[in-house]
Amino acid sequence: MTRATYRLLKHFPASWFAWLCLAGILMLPNFAQAARIGDVTQVDAWEQARLFFNWGNSYVRSQWIGCLLIGACCGLLGSFIVVRRMALMGDMLSHAVLPGIVLGFLWNLKKDPILLLVGAIIAGLVAVGFVTALKRTTRLKQDASLGIVLGGFYAIGICLLSMVQRMQTGDKSGLSNILIGSAAAISDSDLWLIGIVTAISAILIFIFFKELVVSSFDPAFAKSIGVPERGLHYLLMALLSFAVVISIQAVGVVLVSALLIIPAATATLLTHRFWLVVVLAVEFGMISAVGGAFTSFLRSSLPTGPLMILVAATGFGLAFLCAPESGLIPRFVRRRAQSARIRRENSLKAIFHQLESENFSAERVDIADLVNRRQREEEDVLREIQQLAKHGFVELTGESLRLTDTGWRKARQVVRNHRLWELYLTHAADIAPDHVHDDAEKIEHVLGEEVVRTLEARFGEEAIDPHGREVPVASQS
Amino acid sequence: MNELFPPFDAYAIFVEPWSWGAWKIRLLAMFVFISCGLAGNYLILRRMALVGDAMSHSVLPGIVIAFIIARGNHFWVVVGAILAGLATSALIEWLNKNSRVKQDVAIGVTFTTLFALGVVLINVFAGRVHLDADCVLYGDVEQAPVAKLIQAGVIAVVTILLVLAFFKELLVTSFDPTLASSMGIPAKWVHYGLMGWLSVVVVSAFEAVGSIMVVGMLILPGATGLLLSERLSRVMIASVIHAVLSSFLGYHVGLWLDCKIAAAMVSTGFLLFILAWLFSPTQGLVSQWITRSQLRNHVREAALAEP
Repeated sequence: MTRATYRLLKHFPASWFAWLCLAGILMLPNFAQAARIGDVTQVDAWEQARLFFNWGNSYVRSQWIGCLLIGACCGLLGSFIVVRRMALMGDMLSHAVLPGIVLGFLWNLKKDPILLLVGAIIAGLVAVGFVTALKRTTRLKQDASLGIVLGGFYAIGICLLSMVQRMQTGDKSGLSNILIGSAAAISDSDLWLIGIVTAISAILIFIFFKELVVSSFDPAFAKSIGVPERGLHYLLMALLSFAVVISIQAVGVVLVSALLIIPAATATLLTHRFWLVVVLAVEFGMISAVGGAFTSFLRSSLPTGPLMILVAATGFGLAFLCAPESGLIPRFVRRRAQSARIRRENSLKAIFHQLESENFSAERVDIADLVNRRQREEEDVLREIQQLAKHGFVELTGESLRLTDTGWRKARQVVRNHRLWELYLTHAADIAPDHVHDDAEKIEHVLGEEVVRTLEARFGEEAIDPHGREVPVASQS
Repeated sequence: MNELFPPFDAYAIFVEPWSWGAWKIRLLAMFVFISCGLAGNYLILRRMALVGDAMSHSVLPGIVIAFIIARGNHFWVVVGAILAGLATSALIEWLNKNSRVKQDVAIGVTFTTLFALGVVLINVFAGRVHLDADCVLYGDVEQAPVAKLIQAGVIAVVTILLVLAFFKELLVTSFDPTLASSMGIPAKWVHYGLMGWLSVVVVSAFEAVGSIMVVGMLILPGATGLLLSERLSRVMIASVIHAVLSSFLGYHVGLWLDCKIAAAMVSTGFLLFILAWLFSPTQGLVSQWITRSQLRNHVREAALAEP
């Protein structure tokens, strides 16, 4: 097992998540299908699905291979686009290559892959140069420059396209779905083109991986160590134009940028490591492309490109909601858990204070005293005490309660954190004793073990806090 | 190549098309172009040019859903589009605030997804929606029904009135939000008002010229105006002139090349923009070059004159 595979396995939860998404996504359209067209055609959809997954004929085979490669290529390039904050540059580029593609077709009136590539790359680089020139010589900003070039180039492309479609001669098959895309239109020669372009992109990215990463994350450092940043920028733009060319047949000009951005954006939600972002983006790109092709295969009238984007967006939505670290739901759950813990600790602290005010002469604390001390509604205090009882911190009998051993230790710990921090603020930061309470009130819940040890070492075992009260010792039970 | 460019028939291109049918197309495009251009000025000033792009794509599902539910009632279609437009700008902000993704990615994800959703909905409900993918991509300015002409005219007039009425508020909030809040102008409400009106403008433009052409219509007039002047009022006037010229000239270009009229108009607008970029009296490339070479001569003479 190579090191890379090992590392991939170590981060497997993220990958797992991806495959779960795939399973979910592949289930969804099926149900929707069955619900929509009823029992008679449901059989048909299942037949189609079986055909698709068994690679039933050569059509399906070329769709599978083509979509996998397109998804991989877009995901690979997209991850760089996203981390370089060029998402909208990608959008501009995917529209601006249109006139180049049409001119490439016009050259000898058939879809010659090489000419399409040459046309697209020229148009793409001209567009990028145009944006740069506009930014340098006028007062227009990046966004306006992108909008101008996008709108202008695309309009010229549409003019040319509609002129070409009017012509009598020439093999125009496949030109009509250049805008929205159809995976069924992938032919064998397209497949070769897709394969070669994907291979070239992968090899170039592999060779320049380090340089690309450095210049993406720290341009100034990259410049200082002599990385040719401008060259890399144009290399990436050229590869992007390639990716647009190979994707137009299946995805369409309008939505290529989405296939570039969304899988990579999903990946950045799931991990911080860049190489893992690349791996996941490639994975998601492949899943989206095949998922879209599959869904459109079930019913012939559905366009492929938009479906791929919807599959990708479903994955993005799931990641946005449930990504383990940054997802909305896990974050919400964590925040709830934390505020519940803080409430518990505050209750324990109040009990401790009550005991302390009686010089620890009594074992038990009356709930009425507690309500009095905390100046809160009786119901609230009762509810919090019940929470404490549920966690085994107190034992509740009648109108009074008693701290258990764990509760006693926890309470001492919180108060200890609080008073140590107050000591620290008055001693080290020279803050007046009557100003330190509020800050300590917040920090007592999050002070780490290590910090507490350091503070102990600084102030000794038996310290007196700035308000003249004893700092409770941790080990005493 | 001969087949690509039809023969240049000056009579058919310039003399013939002044009938009511031709006027309808011209006027519809002009109204749309003017309202887009005026709204686009503020987008450029607020560095939100690509929010316009996003909106022009993402109103699609709103339009389609309204079409399905309200069976093509035009009022509800416009309402649906406005809701979709406002939802887009809210969604972008929400994504940006609640996750690691940056604003550009949030824009890119949101509008492409909504657009894809719209296209899929059109295909699923093909029987019930009198829209097709071609109309979404190219618009139907060639048909120019009178109802749409009136609608676009009303929107253009209202846009002009709104700009005149709120000129000061829009100006201040675009250039100096801090000053705006010290003057008691609610910058947030101005922003949402602008976004709301933008979606109205985008909807009417969307139906006429298709979703992607709208970007050009929004940005090109304002950008041209900005190259020609430094005062906002003059920039506005220049962008209206640009809009009128692009739609009129573009119409004839489209007739000559026999291509999509809307695309021809935006292309013409792009060429006019390039002309302004080259020959603008103060900021054009040519005048920049002349100023520089004069300065260079001046410096050289001064250096020679020195003993």
